[in-house]
Amino acid sequence: MIPHPMRKWLSRHVLASPVHRFGWASLLLLIALAVAPTKDFFNEWRHYQRHYRKFISTRPDSLTLQHHFTGGIQQIWLPELAVVDRCTTCHVAVSEKSLLGDASVPEPFRAHPPVAHNVKDWGCVICHRGQGPATEVAEAHNATRAWEEPVLPARYLEASCGQCHRAPLPGTPQLNLGRNLLGRYGCVHCHTIKLSDGSTVKPSDHPPSLSHIADKTTREWTYAWLKDPYAYAVTTTMPDFKLTDSDARDISAFLIANSTPVAGDTDEVAKTPPPDATAGASLYGESFCASCHAVQNAAGNVVGGDVGPELTRIGNKAKPEWLRAWLRNPRIYDPETAMPHYRFSDPQISLITAYLGNKTDSDLLANVHLDPATPEQIAHGKLLVTTYGCAACHEINGIKKPENFAPELTRVGSKPLTEIVFLPGMKRSTPDYIATKIRQPRSFGAGLKMPQYTLAPAQIDALTTALLAFTDRAHDLPMALTVPARAPSNYQPAGNAGKLMSDLACFSCHAINGRGGDMAPDLSWEGTAVQRPWLQAFLKNPGTLRPALIRRMPKFNLSDAEITELTDYMMTVYQTPAFDRDSLSSTGYLPAQIEEGKQLFYSKYACQSCHIIDTKADKGYVGPTLTQVGSRLNAAWIYHWLKDPQALEPGTIEPTRNMSDQDARALTAFLMTQKGSNKPGARK
Amino acid sequence: MTRRWRTLLAISLILSSAACTRKPGTASTLKPTAFGATLVESSGGKQIGAIGTVLSQPVIVQVNDEQGAALAGALVEFTGSAGLTFDPENALTDTSGQATTNVTLGIGAGRYQLTARTFTAHKPVDLKIEEIALGYQEQLGFQLNNKYCASCHDPESTPERVSNYDNLEIKPHPFTDGKWLNKMSDDELSAIINRGGPALKRSAIMPAYGYTLNKAEIEALISYIRAISDPPYRSEGAIVAKQ
Repeated sequence: MIPHPMRKWLSRHVLASPVHRFGWASLLLLIALAVAPTKDFFNEWRHYQRHYRKFISTRPDSLTLQHHFTGGIQQIWLPELAVVDRCTTCHVAVSEKSLLGDASVPEPFRAHPPVAHNVKDWGCVICHRGQGPATEVAEAHNATRAWEEPVLPARYLEASCGQCHRAPLPGTPQLNLGRNLLGRYGCVHCHTIKLSDGSTVKPSDHPPSLSHIADKTTREWTYAWLKDPYAYAVTTTMPDFKLTDSDARDISAFLIANSTPVAGDTDEVAKTPPPDATAGASLYGESFCASCHAVQNAAGNVVGGDVGPELTRIGNKAKPEWLRAWLRNPRIYDPETAMPHYRFSDPQISLITAYLGNKTDSDLLANVHLDPATPEQIAHGKLLVTTYGCAACHEINGIKKPENFAPELTRVGSKPLTEIVFLPGMKRSTPDYIATKIRQPRSFGAGLKMPQYTLAPAQIDALTTALLAFTDRAHDLPMALTVPARAPSNYQPAGNAGKLMSDLACFSCHAINGRGGDMAPDLSWEGTAVQRPWLQAFLKNPGTLRPALIRRMPKFNLSDAEITELTDYMMTVYQTPAFDRDSLSSTGYLPAQIEEGKQLFYSKYACQSCHIIDTKADKGYVGPTLTQVGSRLNAAWIYHWLKDPQALEPGTIEPTRNMSDQDARALTAFLMTQKGSNKPGARK
Repeated sequence: MTRRWRTLLAISLILSSAACTRKPGTASTLKPTAFGATLVESSGGKQIGAIGTVLSQPVIVQVNDEQGAALAGALVEFTGSAGLTFDPENALTDTSGQATTNVTLGIGAGRYQLTARTFTAHKPVDLKIEEIALGYQEQLGFQLNNKYCASCHDPESTPERVSNYDNLEIKPHPFTDGKWLNKMSDDELSAIINRGGPALKRSAIMPAYGYTLNKAEIEALISYIRAISDPPYRSEGAIVAKQ
């Protein structure tokens, strides 16, 4: 086997004598033993640490950096979180403040940018994912057979905050948006998402009931809507189910045939000639419909709020007789609607109905020609409604809301790669899978039911981020480490006033005791803040308090009895326990004190930069106008507000000024003299 | 023996360099049907986004011909500083002469340069556009800015917010005003935020925020001001605010 010359060489030099043999065997053994230390010496992390020492030697602060540096494998161990992170073995300078914000520092030696947590306390992988105990770059960063969770791409990084923090954080706008979209687009109607405290993620949309749809709209509109919801309203959250013409025909046939009438949800259309359009437009504006409803203008921009549906083509959809009854009292058709019950007069209803009826698009229904529905079509439509899970979102007569209609997403952020079917050419990673699934749900195979949403790239990233927060770690986290969201409040005011507030949908815009919207001020302590005559006048005819706002309190045309009922309730119930409303006098301040307050207002605190007292001289448009604050607010409220506005309304933009008692009293005295015109609440 | 090794080495070098010069798939498959004269930005420059995220507005550039009319079918290639990605990287201009791409920022905070390139009959024409990526701290400062500062310091009004800038007799400095703000140290900025304008003998119109914002929030605000300043601010390391 061994060639002749080598055999000769072996016998002469190596195997010549026992001493030779022993010597050579020892040498071989030594080499074998040296393999492990050599491999260790050439480890990637040693390479980086050598490189780091060389790098810092070139810097002016090399002595300090040298002093901070410890060689060898570094480890952050957090037993309660099951974290063993050796990332700082190579990322040696994560806490070096002097290497921060310096683009000339090469990776992996950059300092960690400042975040809310200290790296030493939380390690790396809780936020960045990846394999903490690994000491080789590829194993630590990438997915391996033994470790399926690679480093999380930076664009989804906020997902990690969401593992522990359930409430929106100021530093995580993308996560907040994604969570908002999960509720708003109704993803959780079909996909269950359980949280570690046993609760589930709740939808925030209010898909309309389809049980009485024939009262509201036509079969033609229903067909066009099913075929392409975005053609009707670009802002809709209704997705496109990519239905064929015949499927849309059959579903519309079923929905209309299945609809039952509601007593009183239609109103005889007025026989009077159509009132003039400008009056309708002004009434639409005066009623602040645009605070909740958007309309797409000629330039294609969507202008208006997103609480209610977009009204760009409402005339194609709503039957005039239904619209009249809806404007008269929306709660007859939908008791749960966010729309307030405006007390419109008959002429006003005619005006708005005619105005909205003209909002049409002649192309929308131009090519829709449906023959009368056959029983077969209706039966097939019912089958399709069940197949596509329409009842998961919408109430439909005779069809039960399906349970667990779509895969549960409780742990989707940790979904093992082996359980995912990737498309050809797709990157094999969970985030890419989730994003693609949202972007093109039907591309994953024929017969899939998930509909197509129209979302901007930033919205898809936000949704992916929110979903990536639902990991095994989030679900199994010790309860002590979760930062829960504020528990949802089901506060409901009592008695007749409570009924009235539901009827007026106050909670669509105002929050009280933790329940309600954020479009308008929180009213939890309104009874302490305002004076009774002002509140009465404001409810009768809401004036402009904040001139810069485009969304304002509408006029509901309340009766005097209703106003008294509401005022009594609010003045009695909505009081802060912190102080007594009447603890400071509203009159009788000394002229000197008033003058001192005026000086403070205009010079020391420069309040006029945000507020207006003198409509001719002051221009501050940030806070409410104070021309009549003396007849609007109580002295005690003004005083305590000046002392600490954040205590009375957490999160208000009014800064706390650490005012002395004397300054606050003088300012209160000055503000209480600002009585405005004789008609409190009058529109300026 | 040595010659053989040398030959092998040479062959492998040639092979590897050939493999590195052009990655498969990056070559543009779009064929331009027209060649413009100038390239102008339509929208999407100077945006602010969080690191690693896709900018909320796409970058749109327009190719014009020699008469200044919009030109359809011209090829536009987008390239940029390390970490920037484009979807798509190459585009043909549409009937209004515009090419659109969605830009995803890199993972490091700071400024990113992107270049749009189109081809005239003779040579390429480049258009440079800058975008700003905010890290966690700057992003937090951005949120605080929107809530507390922008109503006076941002002269631009939005559909949701009417700027108070024009109403003020003494004009606040917009946070992009690097010529002024870059001269102020972190200490000075932190003093003026904490104790208001009078802290630096300036106008009382700037109220004190030291009782409203905490130290970390003020540091975040300063980091945001530094991040968006124009001309750019040269960092001196970590921001430390006093309180």
